[in-house]
Amino acid sequence: MRSVAAPLLLLLLMASFRYGGSYATQHRDSIDAPPCWRFPLGTDDLGRDRLVRLFDATRISLLFAGAAAMGATLLAAFAGGVAGYAGGWFDQFVVRAIDLLLSLPSLFLLLATRAMMPLNASPVFSLVVTYALMSVLGWLTPARVIRASVRSSRQSEYVLQARAEGCPEGRILLRHILPNLRPILLAQFWTSIPVFILTEASLGFLGLSAGEPFPTWGSLLHELQNPLLARPEAFAPIVAIALFVSYFKTITPWKGSQA
Amino acid sequence: MPRWLAKTGRQAGSLAATALIGGLLTATLVRNSPGFDADERELDSRLDESSRAMIQAEHGENHNVLRFYVRHMRAMLHGELGVSSSLQAPIGDLIRSRFAVTAEIMAFGLAGGWSAAFALALAAVGNPAWSRFIGVVSVGALSLPSAALAVLVFVVNGPMYTVIALVLFPRLFDYFRNLLEDAYAQPHIVTARAKGLRRSRILFLHVLPGCGPQLLALAGVSASMAFGAAIPVETLGDLPGLGQLAWKAAVARDLPLLVTLTMLITLLTQICNAAADWWGRE
Repeated sequence: MRSVAAPLLLLLLMASFRYGGSYATQHRDSIDAPPCWRFPLGTDDLGRDRLVRLFDATRISLLFAGAAAMGATLLAAFAGGVAGYAGGWFDQFVVRAIDLLLSLPSLFLLLATRAMMPLNASPVFSLVVTYALMSVLGWLTPARVIRASVRSSRQSEYVLQARAEGCPEGRILLRHILPNLRPILLAQFWTSIPVFILTEASLGFLGLSAGEPFPTWGSLLHELQNPLLARPEAFAPIVAIALFVSYFKTITPWKGSQA
Repeated sequence: MPRWLAKTGRQAGSLAATALIGGLLTATLVRNSPGFDADERELDSRLDESSRAMIQAEHGENHNVLRFYVRHMRAMLHGELGVSSSLQAPIGDLIRSRFAVTAEIMAFGLAGGWSAAFALALAAVGNPAWSRFIGVVSVGALSLPSAALAVLVFVVNGPMYTVIALVLFPRLFDYFRNLLEDAYAQPHIVTARAKGLRRSRILFLHVLPGCGPQLLALAGVSASMAFGAAIPVETLGDLPGLGQLAWKAAVARDLPLLVTLTMLITLLTQICNAAADWWGRE
């Protein structure tokens, strides 16, 4: 399934670059048009080509979710790595802080903070802040996994030998422990991407993602707040989200087992 | 001091500390958001300078987040939850009037999600084809945001609590299936099956007592996930519950309401976790 899905999704992404037009262009002669040869997914109530917007939203959402996942993984690697390696009171402090923060309703915190954006914030700025917040709140679970792994590596024979030979602690962490964390970091990275995509979609549906006219999967879902009035082609973003997220969900265990 | 009393005291202290830190974190995050001072009422061209100054003064009261928080906590200790700045109503009344709606949706959703996940996981034990099929369905459900599930349920005119069940089911199914597979592989259960004990007897007398505590460990997390899903469900279905209230508070930048709601949700999640822990131990 993976071998079929990967080229198909890649082809879809490539096609999105070839398909012309700007996401903000309004075709005033074709407002709320049904699907036709010119607009395969029709147009919205401002006359914007839905397919162009969907293609752009796909690229933007994947890019930002990937960047946020990278940020969260790096934060987790730093906090989990240092806590696991240092041990003692600092480790206890980080563990308690993670447990505490994990018990808070993260979507709610995200909703509250995201809603406080300036009224005149640019669409790109609001999207950057949204994904940055996801990174800041999304490193907790990976940090626990990384901490546990670093703790077990710290007791391993190769680290004991390196220490016995007088290798500095920083070098042990960077040259011996970090390379062994690579598979775990990769697995955490791939796991975070679909989580962030789904969170942005929920925020976008509530009107709290990128501002208009910037398209993301979430902001396209906002159109469905009144689903009974929406045209069937307005549901296309749901299909795109399901396709890509299910692909990420299936490659995560595979990447983990490869590692 | 009896040990149970000390333990209860510790748990209550931990609950209170988590709720307090949750509230403080929300207040701090909201206060440091780039647009905290912005108020859409200021865009109203009918307002003169003095009215605008009054609106800014309202925000000024909340500028020092620690002072705001201490004032808010002191009022809460006296039973005063404050007044919502956007809805102009006492927060206590707002929560009381909306609690039942969310509780009903969450109760039905949690019951549905848990029952479906458990029944399907049980059917998947020892049946690889069924297990694979439900696994694919579960990945499909996991790949949709709760808002999209809410839209789909709304379109087919289904009851909105099924969205919460659909959100929970795939997350619980994998965990339940692994747990039950491990439990059914235990030597005493293999022996019981070999001796021809009824399936229901094996389940209720041997499997569930063994893996019950681990099943219950998910109760708190489920409640938290269910509340997360309740926000789009109530917003889309125009249901006057706490999820819709949270959304309205967020959109209207209502700091006192946001802080109180965060503390309430954190407390409820923690109580569910503590209850699940206690029940599991019992």
